[in-house]
Amino acid sequence: MQIVDIAFWASVLSIAMAAGTSLVYAAVGEIFAEKSGVLNLGVEGMMIMGAVTGFAAAYHSGNVLIGVVTGGIVGGFMALIHCFVTITLLADQVVSGLAVTLLGGGLASFLGQRLGVDGTPLVGLIGPRLLEIPIPYMSDIAYIGDVLFNRDMMTYLLYIVVPLVAFYIRRTRPGLFLRAVGENPQAADVMGVDVVKCRYFYTVMGGVFAGLGGVHLSLSYTPGWTESITGGRGWIAVALVIFATWDPIRSVFGALLFGGVNAIQFRMQAVGTNVPAALLNMLPYLLTIVVLVIITYFEGLRKKLGAPDALGLPYIREERV
Amino acid sequence: MKFSVEPRIEATSSLRFVVMCTSILCAFMFGGLIMAIVGVDPVDTYVAMLEGAIGRSEDWNDGQFYSITETLVKAIPLMITSLAVGVAFKMLFWNIGAEGQLVAGAMAGSGVALFAKDYGLQSTYAVINIVLMCIAGVMGGGLWAIVPAFLKTKFKVNEIITTLMFNYVAILWYQYLFNVAWKDPDGMGFPGTAKFDGIWILGRISGRLHWGLGIALVSGLLVWIILDMSKWGYEIRVIGQNLKAALYGGIDVNRNVLRVMLFSGGLAGLAGTVEVSGVSYSLQEGLNVGYGYTAIIVSWLSRLNPIAIMIVSVVFAGIMVGGDQIQMTMGLPSSVAYVLQGAMLFFVLGGEFFVRYRMTIIIGQRHADS
Repeated sequence: MQIVDIAFWASVLSIAMAAGTSLVYAAVGEIFAEKSGVLNLGVEGMMIMGAVTGFAAAYHSGNVLIGVVTGGIVGGFMALIHCFVTITLLADQVVSGLAVTLLGGGLASFLGQRLGVDGTPLVGLIGPRLLEIPIPYMSDIAYIGDVLFNRDMMTYLLYIVVPLVAFYIRRTRPGLFLRAVGENPQAADVMGVDVVKCRYFYTVMGGVFAGLGGVHLSLSYTPGWTESITGGRGWIAVALVIFATWDPIRSVFGALLFGGVNAIQFRMQAVGTNVPAALLNMLPYLLTIVVLVIITYFEGLRKKLGAPDALGLPYIREERV
Repeated sequence: MKFSVEPRIEATSSLRFVVMCTSILCAFMFGGLIMAIVGVDPVDTYVAMLEGAIGRSEDWNDGQFYSITETLVKAIPLMITSLAVGVAFKMLFWNIGAEGQLVAGAMAGSGVALFAKDYGLQSTYAVINIVLMCIAGVMGGGLWAIVPAFLKTKFKVNEIITTLMFNYVAILWYQYLFNVAWKDPDGMGFPGTAKFDGIWILGRISGRLHWGLGIALVSGLLVWIILDMSKWGYEIRVIGQNLKAALYGGIDVNRNVLRVMLFSGGLAGLAGTVEVSGVSYSLQEGLNVGYGYTAIIVSWLSRLNPIAIMIVSVVFAGIMVGGDQIQMTMGLPSSVAYVLQGAMLFFVLGGEFFVRYRMTIIIGQRHADS
């Protein structure tokens, strides 16, 4: 294995892009929710529900687009439950988020065994998948052409969505309201922002994104349905939000880093090493922990860079702070 | 029509009971709705689940208690892990890693059972061997839990994510051990370690029900005594209820985090050891079926009360066995059990609102006199 080979690193980056796409969707979604002050630990559950329903819809309709839309809607619906329980019924956000993950995992497993042809399992079915669309001329550029311009539709969509979301949060008026609601809901309320409506909107939006992340797994990265398809990616996305200090652009680099670990793992397995596969498979999880330690070690940095002040706290208008 | 919501000064226990029952009923209705949507008869399914969990009256008359013992077999690890999770939750430390700690304990216990004799650490008395194995399991689970606790106290790293990541790492280790490193060379190529010798196995009470039940009940008693009667339990409760008061009162929070996680992880590890020593007699597939996650729901539903945890564990074990049963007899997915569990957590969580707040419906206009 030649470490200094450009072609090798280009292939690693190429896999990192494919593996990272679902993480970026989930992380951007969670940034929306957390910026509005709602901690949603249900990302894993929303992703896996998006993955199973998206795949089932694409399989039965034969149309990937219908699959993508279905997965997004179902992800949003899962988030809506979290909204109702935490924002309206004022329940604990941590427990409710865990409940989304647990219910999502159970429901997805249940649906996965029923949504095939006539109530048969989905496992093992081969459905339509998102195809790579090479952009003429640009995909022929040496090395980076394949990495950047030979992707599927959902990855291309991120090229537009991520900068747009970053601009929206930082530079627009609704983005300012969003940040205000997450930093200081009392002040936002006085400003005339409807805190409840705002939190509902962005948390559901976050669910839609998480659902899309799940769909990308079952329609593109690992086409088809298996019960462990998300494999903790939802939780890695939650960690990624902290790593990215609530910034969509930085989340892309984090996702590429995690995707890159996946890629190196594949490459090492392909060339055959003495390191057991199980140990290589642990890398993304261990990396998540290491990255979190490094980030939280510089706590001052984290505060300055965008952790919303009211994250995880319910807003009750009558209560004084 | 408008709603007026105001906090309740005090909630009666009968109100709590009614809300809890309604919430659970709603969860079953939600489960039924999902079944109906995918074309399954909810009533038939629930009846089959109930029969799977506690058996039929004909079986009882014949002296067959197979279903009940199966439910109790599943209740043992669930009870111990739920207690483990409950202790950590009591001080608002979110230990989501009981699943990994259980697996780590099972690995440590299996390691002792398989290899202790090579070092002359084997007694002829099974009791001594089992105790040795349990100590290893407690240490395995405790060590697995102490890392996130250390990262939390030293670097303030979010424990939810670290404990959860450790689940995946533990499960990968475990799969590596029984598939590769500790795989039985005489196992005809099947994954799994060699069977433990008879003196490393927990005795049985009835059917497949083993003496792990005793260990689980003693654990429950221990947790109850610690939480309700000891100074340590008092500190745990104060930290959970009011961190500022705890700090002001001079309680060493960091040391308590480490101690509680060692204890919590140790208990979860004990559950893993009991499971390999009482049920599978080897390290093999099927250990990580989600006890650690179900434990979160059980302990939350029990309001972190150790006695309630022990009862709710049996009910939830019944739901799991019922789920397995409908998979075998009706060909329906056993994950119905997990759907129900998740739904229950949601409805109970949402139902809390009606315990904490009084809601009245105002019909017509009433603002004139204000």
